[in-house]
Amino acid sequence: MIEIKKLHKSYPIGKDSLHVLKGIDLHIKEGEFVSIMGSSGSGKSTLLNIVGLLDEHDEGEYYLNGQLIKNLNEKKAAILRNKFLGFVFQSFNLISYKTALENVALPLYYKGIPRKERLKTAMEYLDKVGLKDWANHLPNELSGGQKQRVAIARALVTKPKVVLADEPTGALDSTTTDNVMDLLRDINNDGMTVFVITHEEEVAAQTKRIVRLKDGIIISDELTSKSKAV
Amino acid sequence: MFDIDRWREIFQSISKNKLRSVMSGFTVAFAILLFTLLFGIVSGLSNSFKDAFADDAQNSMFVRVWKTTKPYKGLQTGRRIQLKNNDFDYVKDEYDGKIELLTARVNRNVNISYKNNQDNYSLRAVHPDHQFLEKTIIDEGRYINQRDLKEKAKVIVIGRLVKEDLFGEKPALWKRVNVNGISYQIIGIFSDEGGDNEERMTYMPITTAQMIYGNNDEINSINIGYNPDLSLDEAIAFGNKLERDLRKKLNIHPDDQSALRVQNMAEANKGVGSFMLALYFIVIFIGSGTLVAGIIGISNIMIFVIKERTKEFGIRKALGAQPSSIVGMVVQESVLITTIAGYLGLSLGTYILSQIGDSLEDYFITNPSVSPGIVIGATVVLILSGLIAGYVPAKRAAKIKPIVALRAD
Repeated sequence: MIEIKKLHKSYPIGKDSLHVLKGIDLHIKEGEFVSIMGSSGSGKSTLLNIVGLLDEHDEGEYYLNGQLIKNLNEKKAAILRNKFLGFVFQSFNLISYKTALENVALPLYYKGIPRKERLKTAMEYLDKVGLKDWANHLPNELSGGQKQRVAIARALVTKPKVVLADEPTGALDSTTTDNVMDLLRDINNDGMTVFVITHEEEVAAQTKRIVRLKDGIIISDELTSKSKAV
Repeated sequence: MFDIDRWREIFQSISKNKLRSVMSGFTVAFAILLFTLLFGIVSGLSNSFKDAFADDAQNSMFVRVWKTTKPYKGLQTGRRIQLKNNDFDYVKDEYDGKIELLTARVNRNVNISYKNNQDNYSLRAVHPDHQFLEKTIIDEGRYINQRDLKEKAKVIVIGRLVKEDLFGEKPALWKRVNVNGISYQIIGIFSDEGGDNEERMTYMPITTAQMIYGNNDEINSINIGYNPDLSLDEAIAFGNKLERDLRKKLNIHPDDQSALRVQNMAEANKGVGSFMLALYFIVIFIGSGTLVAGIIGISNIMIFVIKERTKEFGIRKALGAQPSSIVGMVVQESVLITTIAGYLGLSLGTYILSQIGDSLEDYFITNPSVSPGIVIGATVVLILSGLIAGYVPAKRAAKIKPIVALRAD
């Protein structure tokens, strides 16, 4: 599903450049539930941005669903994101003037789905995350956990190949963190590839494979007990 | 391409962000309102100028004489100049092609009586062309004609108010009145847009007046309606030449303005014309300035709005929005706001102008209005400016990478 070979990325800072990713090799198969662990500055967010087509890599090769990602313009990237990827962000990133339902339906708008079908599908996914009764509430009327569940519904609504979650529990307390992780695990159990970035051991422990990143290189890549249990 | 979903997005964005939409709309509406009022008021001024010259024909020229103030060819100053019939004939023969209407005028004050009613009135003894030069409107009967002149007929044309004074509601046409002791028949009753004084006037054939009052060939002034085919400049040149020629004929110093002068409407028209032109230039300058200020205003607001929405655009892009769809959305929204606001400003402006109507006539503003051409032009400018005001910053915002946009606050 995701295949990365010798990936490099550096950011220019004034005259110097900061080498963030120093040759990453990673292969994630369909249906995996992977977490990327690392302290801040380890390059994990950069990796997710590149995997999520929100940023471009400098060197190396990246195959998404078998397709080589190279020299994408904004338009192509937008189409691929819409087709293959669903995003869950730490800060939820819901559009404040749209209701929960409209937020969930938005990716379908960019997919060109007619309005009626859009709202119907969005409602199904809201139901899946247990927020059917909150469909017509604005984001600021929802709790943090509810917002993140709306965001997850939005990430899933286009039936993407991969769900990318950037610190999905970073802004949540422990109870809601568990709820969100349960939800992500359910999604994974349905066969979806889930890719989580976190710096919390407890969160990583709930995934099936943990990749540890330090200073731009992978220092360990192991399966967890959860995967063995299945 | 009509895209109902796109419009839904836009209406939602506008209605959920009312303050922002109203603010950007207000700038444009206000600019257009000022623009409309400015143009309307100038058109009102221009209407007043046109009306001010409505009394006399636009192409009239008056030859008037007084006393000399400069010695010439051995003749002393203070000599009284008198126009005579041969001066009239000279003008008639010499400038035939350049003249459309021509009349001499003798002014008298007369006492007119009918039965027990009587009063003093001004009398103008004239040629038939005088009717058109003075824009006299015949209500009943007829004006003086060539036959009256030839026969030196004792006929008189009286103003509407003279008729009211002497006859009240009773019919006056064809009745006989006593003018300074001599009986005249009323052949016409007229009105005049020049006001009450003009309607208290009376007219008779110039030949009759010359025979009865003084038995001479003296005239007080010559009125000319120059050929309307002449351009303003040609008409002014004609007036100047006429002035020189008549001074020469009457042995007046060529520069003696006080002895004989040709008052030329062409000069006044030219003056008014260039005044109005200057006024229009000023208004176009200020008006465009107002519009430009409005455009800059909305551009500033759009830049601010787009900055505020950068994160939203980032989210939309992460969800699969193409840059073109973001630019399109912003531009469409901006054009919609400018168009609606502009239309409101325009409507309010025209409404105010229509309410003003004739109520500011004392301030020289008559029936102010804006022409459809200006309205359409201003609207097009507005839509274009909305387009540009939205497009430039939106294009820049759409170029920002999603991760940068998502990081924005």
